[in-house]
Amino acid sequence: MPAIIYILIPFLPLAGFVLLGLFGKKYFKSASGWIGTLLMLVSFILAVYVAYDYFSATSIFPRNVPVKYTWLVFSENISIDMGVLQDPISMMMIVVVTFISLMVHIYSLGYMKGEERYPTYYSFLSLFTFSMLGLVLASNLFQTYIFWELVGVSSFLLIGYYYDKPSAVAAAKKAFIVTRFADLGFLIGILVIANTSDTLDYNTLIATLTSTGSEQASSAAASTFLGASALTWGTALIFIGGAGKSAMFPLHIWLPDAMEGPTPVSALIHAATMVVAGVYLVARLFPIFSINTPAVLDIVGWVGAISAVFAAIIACTQTDIKRILAYSTMSQIGYMMFALGVAGYGGESGLGYTASMFHLFTHAMFKALLFLGAGVVIHYVHSNDMKDMGGLRKKMPVTHITFLIACLAIAGIPPFAGFFSKEEILLAAYNGNTIIYWIALITSGLTAFYMFRLYFSIFWNKPYQADHHSGHKSEGGWIMLFPLLVLALGAAGSGFIPFGKYINTDGIPLESHFHLQFSILPVALGLAGIFMAMWLYKKQNNRPEKLAASLNGFYKAAYHKFYIDEIYLFVTKKIIFNLIGRPAAWFDKNVVDGLVNLAGNTTTAVSESIKKLQSGRIQQYAIYFLFGAIGLAILFIYIWK
Amino acid sequence: MMQPGLYHILFISTALFFIGVYGFLTRKNLVTMLMSIELVLNSVNLNFIAFNKYLWPHKMDGLFFTLFIIAIAAAEAAVAIAIIINLYRSHNSINVENAEELKY
Repeated sequence: MPAIIYILIPFLPLAGFVLLGLFGKKYFKSASGWIGTLLMLVSFILAVYVAYDYFSATSIFPRNVPVKYTWLVFSENISIDMGVLQDPISMMMIVVVTFISLMVHIYSLGYMKGEERYPTYYSFLSLFTFSMLGLVLASNLFQTYIFWELVGVSSFLLIGYYYDKPSAVAAAKKAFIVTRFADLGFLIGILVIANTSDTLDYNTLIATLTSTGSEQASSAAASTFLGASALTWGTALIFIGGAGKSAMFPLHIWLPDAMEGPTPVSALIHAATMVVAGVYLVARLFPIFSINTPAVLDIVGWVGAISAVFAAIIACTQTDIKRILAYSTMSQIGYMMFALGVAGYGGESGLGYTASMFHLFTHAMFKALLFLGAGVVIHYVHSNDMKDMGGLRKKMPVTHITFLIACLAIAGIPPFAGFFSKEEILLAAYNGNTIIYWIALITSGLTAFYMFRLYFSIFWNKPYQADHHSGHKSEGGWIMLFPLLVLALGAAGSGFIPFGKYINTDGIPLESHFHLQFSILPVALGLAGIFMAMWLYKKQNNRPEKLAASLNGFYKAAYHKFYIDEIYLFVTKKIIFNLIGRPAAWFDKNVVDGLVNLAGNTTTAVSESIKKLQSGRIQQYAIYFLFGAIGLAILFIYIWK
Repeated sequence: MMQPGLYHILFISTALFFIGVYGFLTRKNLVTMLMSIELVLNSVNLNFIAFNKYLWPHKMDGLFFTLFIIAIAAAEAAVAIAIIINLYRSHNSINVENAEELKY
């Protein structure tokens, strides 16, 4: 296949960004949406073609690098290349990214219609898609980092899209700073890895580090710092970057706030694609994590498990529908993380890896669907708050059905997509780590509960009161409903893809097992969660309040997101600002500025004191001159003969 | 009658020089100060001519220098008088002490 096809996949959205960003406002204000969508469509078709070509060619999937351009060379082995890495997960990801992006582009044609900065919105969307595709196709660790930052920037731009809203600006800033802070860990990790393994190229990196007895592997394991090998530090630091981008506890604080952006953006960036970049990064380096640094993989597992249950508990108490979905995203990404964490390398034990990628795929479908559905609801109700909704099932039948499918999928009810991927994750956790397995089980029950709490509160509960706003009352037209239907198809059917055949740790196809007795418990828990939600929220009643009251302290803590934001504010404002910021400011103001001022003041003082010599009396000057001349004459004539 | 020698002329020119310097330092009237400067210049002229005549009688260098100095003194007088007139216009006086405020 010609290299141009690989290049075109990310570069078509880039072309869209440049075109719309430079000329959109002036020349094709209303057509810019269609231009962006069209470019995205071509990119999607190419991505599917490339992926199909790759997966159908053989049954063993090699790691190819069809495009490679050496860019910055640091030393003989270390260079920053721009390339395309072709392996099962990158091929899966380009399809997911282009597909969800295409759906969001189409959906936005309706959702963002009439916006003031419509071309800008599409150009940012294209920029994001380009960056994300560059990230997943990267063949070099540093290339990943470059695109990693680019997706951070586009996320920042899109969260802050409504820049006249102070909360949106604050959220954009928060997201950028928190992820940037985590990325610092990533950068240091890259440097450590580059130093110990003497390469940045993924293929070489994995090949040299994982082969036992290679010089780099043994030297990386031998050099230690604070009781851990250099490689352990490297992978742990890289995981910090991944955890920041994927909103893992305790770096998750930016994700709920990021919901200030337009809803389609939340669907694309903060649900389906960018936030799974952390999972993707760990999966990309999985052989190193698994073979060289299993201790770090344990950390990955625990962070994932804690995030999953933590976010699920918070999601049960929130009332802003987008925030619920944000916490649900965090929880599901936690699933993917711990699935990687419990996985081993090779054979059956690699199930967690397959399951993680499988869940990433299905989650992209149903979570994008949930967000887009929520977008339609918000468009209709003009509010994010659950309290303003209720009884919408008659008013918006298509949204209702697709939302229900997505809820069933995320709750893990067969035969929807989430059931299969969650089942595999649970099986992997069961084989890998029993405690994580139980956490995951509890979380899956909670997931079903909060999703159906959301579902019943939006579409059932009290009858809808349409008193406080008139105006357009439709679901938003087919342009917005079409992506919902397509994604509903994905959410319902994508579970039947035999993922183990394509994506596995060691290239040997993995049969997906289906144990009936094993899946009884999670499904039963899911159903219990659904019935619980139904009992509490299907009809308007006072049971939720009673339940909340009986769980008083815990409910309050969960409602306030376990005060993590407050802890962060306390640490930054009270501790860092006071202990480091203020003294540093004092030092700058008094010592650094003081030195500069001292030089100036000395000059002024000296000149002030000798200013009197300039009396302005010509005759005085003449006397100085005369005696000076006489003095010099005496000097030259009598002393220096 | 005694021919005046080099020393006589040097004596006169030195006397002229110090008279000029003294006048420059003590007078407050700018025009008088300008005249004193002319005295200083003329003492230099005298020196040049005297040395030319007694040491290198066949050369003209000293005379040329003297002519230059006379020309420069004329130009200098024009500039100085222009300054003095301007000072007079603005301060209504040609006393050098009134020009003190131009110092900085």
